[in-house]
Amino acid sequence: MAEAKKYPTPQGNPETKPFWDAAAQGKFLIKRCTACGEPHYFPRSICPFCFSDKTVWEESSGEGTIYTFSLMRKSASGPYAIGYVTLKEGPSLQTNFVDCDIDTLKIGQKVKVVFKPTDGAPLPFFTPV
Amino acid sequence: MSIKGKAYIAGIYEHPTRHAPDKSTAQLHAEVAKGALEDAGLTKADVDGYFCPGDAPGGAWPMVDYLGLKVRHIDSTETGGCSYLIHLGHAAEAIAAGKCSIALITLAGKPRTGAMPPRAAGAEVDFEAAYGATTHNAYGMCAMRHMHDYGTTSEQLAWIKVAASHHAQYNPHAMLKDVVTVEDVLNSPMISDPLHRLDCCVVSDGGGALIVTTPEIAKSLKKPLVRMIGHGEAMKGPRGGKDLNLTYSAGVWSGPRAFEEAGVTPKDIKYASIYDSFTITVLMQLEDLGFCKKGEGGKFVSHGNLISGVGKLPFNTDGGGLCSNHPVNRGGMTKIIEAVRQLRGEAHPKVQVPNCDLAIAHGTGGLLGVRHAASTCILERA
Repeated sequence: MAEAKKYPTPQGNPETKPFWDAAAQGKFLIKRCTACGEPHYFPRSICPFCFSDKTVWEESSGEGTIYTFSLMRKSASGPYAIGYVTLKEGPSLQTNFVDCDIDTLKIGQKVKVVFKPTDGAPLPFFTPV
Repeated sequence: MSIKGKAYIAGIYEHPTRHAPDKSTAQLHAEVAKGALEDAGLTKADVDGYFCPGDAPGGAWPMVDYLGLKVRHIDSTETGGCSYLIHLGHAAEAIAAGKCSIALITLAGKPRTGAMPPRAAGAEVDFEAAYGATTHNAYGMCAMRHMHDYGTTSEQLAWIKVAASHHAQYNPHAMLKDVVTVEDVLNSPMISDPLHRLDCCVVSDGGGALIVTTPEIAKSLKKPLVRMIGHGEAMKGPRGGKDLNLTYSAGVWSGPRAFEEAGVTPKDIKYASIYDSFTITVLMQLEDLGFCKKGEGGKFVSHGNLISGVGKLPFNTDGGGLCSNHPVNRGGMTKIIEAVRQLRGEAHPKVQVPNCDLAIAHGTGGLLGVRHAASTCILERA
């Protein structure tokens, strides 16, 4: 097994600080708008659907399914699997699939969130269940 | 207000270089500007509008100064590879509104000589940068889902490269002049599943420029008349992650707007310039523009249907980004230039579409599987 990949440190900002603080506690947060009821990701203070500012943090189950993926073969740091996960709560998000044999990934496969360390807050990734 | 018939493309120039370590980027911009002005039969002093996106060193104001222009209208909308298709639309709007009468649009750069500077980060940076989205895998993700939803195959995608290579064999400047087969594409190394090396466009230095002007000025010049009759632009992204669907592009919005303004339908189009960063880009855009139904792109592009003289929809008769060039990793400019050549009757005789009086130039910019813009231009021989 190669040395653990070095991931960039999230820079954070006042709008997203609660997300990274929660990530440091192993919690994966999404945002939900209490005006229209829609969840979204990545988190915004104003709802991208109804433009209400009544958005609140919500802990996600961290469970979802693979919407799509691609296996990057030509990479200086080795092959990796980029893709989108559709969370149980609804929103889809970009991620990498890790801790697995990437050649066996399939669209529709069940995955769950797993955090990987950086020099700052940990970053969310997904791995097959 | 409509732009229909109110702006003409009077000058085109594609830089013949594909590798320019001996030139500066600003110099290439100047060379393509000079080429397009000479093609039109105009001079630099005639230019009163300038359009450039992020590939112009420092943006519009250093370029206006470097080129020695005196302009009364400027636009530096940045939408990656389709910027020039958007600029053509915006130039037509500016001309129709009387804001300028002779617009210059330039593209130039040297990604083959050296790495391009990274693009500025958006609000998503902390939530996406670590995952390594590149052009290859961002388009690979679209192809993977398109195959899953519609049964599209690698063989069908390969036909798009095969068609481009048939055209490129007649272009003396094309980087890849050899005609390839479906098997050649499938046997080329996998870059980012399911896209093979030959599903990808080339990387080239170079550039191109356009001169856009009023009907009156265009008619006073010597070139065959080509006019804008429709334009559309749109953007698409994950938008909070709701109802993610990577099997269509923003072309589903820009295309219908352009066709409606032009008063024509996809069936009327004689020649199509379709941005071909990857084979999947072409397939999705053809569906989105209405040349076939969503999901039927694979069938539509197969068996030479995009080859001039063979199929129903001749496309990218210069060899396109897949074979000829992809200056500055931005394919929108050359799409317009080849469409104008076709409408003027100036394409290579082996690929010239007979009586070509109506053409489309369409492209996307950014990353198809992440965030992108699209622009559609409908052009007519006047």
